[in-house]
Amino acid sequence: MSEMKANRIVSWLEERVDLGAAKHLIQEKVVPVHHHTIWYYFGGMTLFLFATQVVTGIMLTLYYRPGAEEAYESVQFIMTEVQFGWLIRSIHSWSANLMVGTMMIHLFSVYLTQAYRKPRELTWITGMALFGVVLTFGFSGYLLPWNVLSLFATKVGTNVAGQVPLVGHALVRFLRGGEDVTGATLSRFYGLHIAILPAVTTLILGFHLFMVQQQGMSSPPDVEKAAAKHPMKTMPFFPNFLLRDLFGWFAAVGVLAALAAIYPWELGKKADPFAPAPAGIRPEWYFMYMFQTLKYIPAKVGPIDGEVLGVLAFGVGGLFLLLVPFLDKKSARGEASPLFRWIGVGIIVYMVVFTALGYLAPGGK
Amino acid sequence: MGVVEERVDAGRRLINMFLGTSLGAMVISIFYPVVKYLIPPKLAEPTTFNVTLPWKVGEVKANSGRIFRFGSRPGLLVKTPGGELRAFSAICTHLDCTVQYREDKQEIYCACHNGKYDLAGKNVSGPPPRPLEPLEVKLRGDQIVVMKG
Amino acid sequence: MKIALRVAVFGIVVGAAGMCHAPSAWAVNACIDCHKNLKEENLRLPAVKINDDYHVVRGLKCQDCHGGDPEAADKKEKSHSKDKGFRGKPKRLDIPAFCGRCHSDPSYMRKFNPSIRTDQVKEYYTSGHGKRLREGDQKVAVCISCHDVHAIRAIKDQAAWTYPVKVAETCGHCHADPKYMKERKIPTDQLKKYKVSYHYEVLTKKGDLSAPTCNSCHGNHGATPPGVDSVENVCSHCHAATAELFDKSAHKEAFSDLGQPACVTCHGNHDVMKPTDDLLAGGKGTPCETCHEEGSAELKKAVEVRALIGGLSRGIEEADAILTRAEEAGMEVGLPKFELIEAKDNLIKARAESHTLKAKKIKVLTDPGVVIAQKTVKKGHQLMAELQFRRKGLAASLLVIGAVLVGLFLKIREVDRRGRS
Repeated sequence: MSEMKANRIVSWLEERVDLGAAKHLIQEKVVPVHHHTIWYYFGGMTLFLFATQVVTGIMLTLYYRPGAEEAYESVQFIMTEVQFGWLIRSIHSWSANLMVGTMMIHLFSVYLTQAYRKPRELTWITGMALFGVVLTFGFSGYLLPWNVLSLFATKVGTNVAGQVPLVGHALVRFLRGGEDVTGATLSRFYGLHIAILPAVTTLILGFHLFMVQQQGMSSPPDVEKAAAKHPMKTMPFFPNFLLRDLFGWFAAVGVLAALAAIYPWELGKKADPFAPAPAGIRPEWYFMYMFQTLKYIPAKVGPIDGEVLGVLAFGVGGLFLLLVPFLDKKSARGEASPLFRWIGVGIIVYMVVFTALGYLAPGGK
Repeated sequence: MGVVEERVDAGRRLINMFLGTSLGAMVISIFYPVVKYLIPPKLAEPTTFNVTLPWKVGEVKANSGRIFRFGSRPGLLVKTPGGELRAFSAICTHLDCTVQYREDKQEIYCACHNGKYDLAGKNVSGPPPRPLEPLEVKLRGDQIVVMKG
Repeated sequence: MKIALRVAVFGIVVGAAGMCHAPSAWAVNACIDCHKNLKEENLRLPAVKINDDYHVVRGLKCQDCHGGDPEAADKKEKSHSKDKGFRGKPKRLDIPAFCGRCHSDPSYMRKFNPSIRTDQVKEYYTSGHGKRLREGDQKVAVCISCHDVHAIRAIKDQAAWTYPVKVAETCGHCHADPKYMKERKIPTDQLKKYKVSYHYEVLTKKGDLSAPTCNSCHGNHGATPPGVDSVENVCSHCHAATAELFDKSAHKEAFSDLGQPACVTCHGNHDVMKPTDDLLAGGKGTPCETCHEEGSAELKKAVEVRALIGGLSRGIEEADAILTRAEEAGMEVGLPKFELIEAKDNLIKARAESHTLKAKKIKVLTDPGVVIAQKTVKKGHQLMAELQFRRKGLAASLLVIGAVLVGLFLKIREVDRRGRS
């Protein structure tokens, strides 16, 4: 019965819209099945968590008030007076962290399976751009509750931007909307967080997803080579892979609900720009490895400032990752590239170790 | 249709029904908090930035002062003998006691350790090390509105 | 031409004036140059210490106090010449006059600090120390005993012997030394007692420099213990409100008739502690039983007062406890915490009001406080209930999600199977 109804709707639409791409997706798109298939879910999971952010974020804008005088009180209002406000706000904060986590897994699984190789270089580049956008989302959103920790985390973070040679100072003024972190910074970050970044994300993400649909899923080089001898095992995207995607997404909803109810996100104390920094300020975990690295670089390395050197090093590292499809010639030829894989493992180990050090090292403020 | 296929069909229908029902329940359990969230709460807005005092301008006598709630702190509204309305944080800058207005002395006084402030909030006698934090007073018709200075 | 001439003369005069200046500090100072090389410690030390002296900062030098000729290097007779006004080391009995030569001269002191007091020496001779010095007792404090000598620091200098935090130790240098004070008839346990007091804690640990130390109650230059009738006057200088309330009570007249000091009788003097509510009960171990018989009507009143204040205090404790529990469980408690402040204010006022011994007046304060505390406890319970509601809601939604996941799992299995066949 429902099938007949569905068919009638489809034919009505087909008389008006070209449903070719959608039909292809549903009827023909396949996903390779091999021992690395599990990593395929992380892109979609990141997308789902992003959708959660958009929905909860829009809901928060109904009650949040930007501005140094009202921001903190409005978040307090959401947490205490608005019905289920605590749920929406805690989900928003937790989902942000989970999203950065799944995004990193997505990034590194794509890297280690060399999915960036030809013809998917543009997908990789837009993906790296999205990585930067998401971190900026996190950094700008963190300031919005205007509490003590977020004020100082923003001060420290924007200070680091000041270490970029030549343009550092101008960059800091541009980010902060002035010399210091004030209500002007809050306004700026708010516009960035709810308007500019979402617009940018729509464009880049749209292109990223379009490319993925166009080119289909990439398989690791060894799987591709084996496929030359006997055909690769696949599963249809619809409904098999999608159902599995949904399974993961709904499990994530459960995790978010549990986190929101059992570990609600803290409100903290209202920011006071005149008070000294409290002990123990540190950035969110996804910036921790950079923060900790900067702590270990000596104040001066030869004639260069230690922090400048650190910032430049991160810049070079980011640039390496961005350009890896063009640097890894072997993978462009469809061959396995152990050298680049080991570099990737090294980067992961570095990030994990330094994040851990950030929390465990003594004298770590 | 064979018996096996019928069984398979029945099994399919059961799974579909189960999945459909639980999905429906899940959708409701998501929509319920969302809808409740959208309905404005009883207290329409956070009363911290802008506080409208419960007394009209005319009700406040010259040379008098009263305590009001300002967000999470007590505030002091003073009408000077000359008739000017002023407001300060009522937290004494010495050891955080709540100050009061003294009509007989026309000063702001902290009973804890005999601290005294003048009508501009400046600390003039006793242990308080700093003046009282001033707040802004605005009039909306005959209503008194106090804001952060 | 005339104008140019005038300008030139003016310029020359200004230039000359600019070039004339007092010889730089120790450019030629025989005092220091000679004394710092002497073998005797008591003659060498002043030349070393003097660099820390506040008088030097203000431009004064050895000769300004001791007279003599600072430019007569290597000639003791010349530098120590009486013709040059050499005064040498003053005798102990003469020290107040020695310092007072400048410090009691308003026209001289005005050059350095127009608002500084110039009556210290006069005040000193009204003090216990000054009176005895006049009678020839040299074993008392003189200026240099408290202000040091040759390294006299301004009071605002944290290293000064007279910096508020250090005053007690300075007085205690003599007054806490039983051997030194052997002939005197006064106790030497004041410093020890003061160090356990709440005033000392506030001064040293909390850094509140307005907290009282020795000179706050005894005076500094005119140091004398306050007499019995003036003790209340001393405490009421800061604790004015409490003193006013005490004056309304029956104790004021009673204490004065008995010759008992107010305040100190119940609170102690040097070892004054933060009073506890138990002090109100009039039970065993309290100062009340000194005068009042067990079971008397007055003590019954005390029990009533204690009950009122204790009730409010307990109510606030209960409210605080439940709010802390809610906060630790993740709930937002900022607003109820604020509302409790009014109850806490009332408790402070009620405790002060207890000095009037009038239960009715105290009740006026404790009753609304109790109401607020009870409201806050209720709010705390509401928050805990909300927490339970959230947990139950979570459990229910997890069940639903669990069901969906099971359904999906079965569907996936079915769809896979269909695909294979």
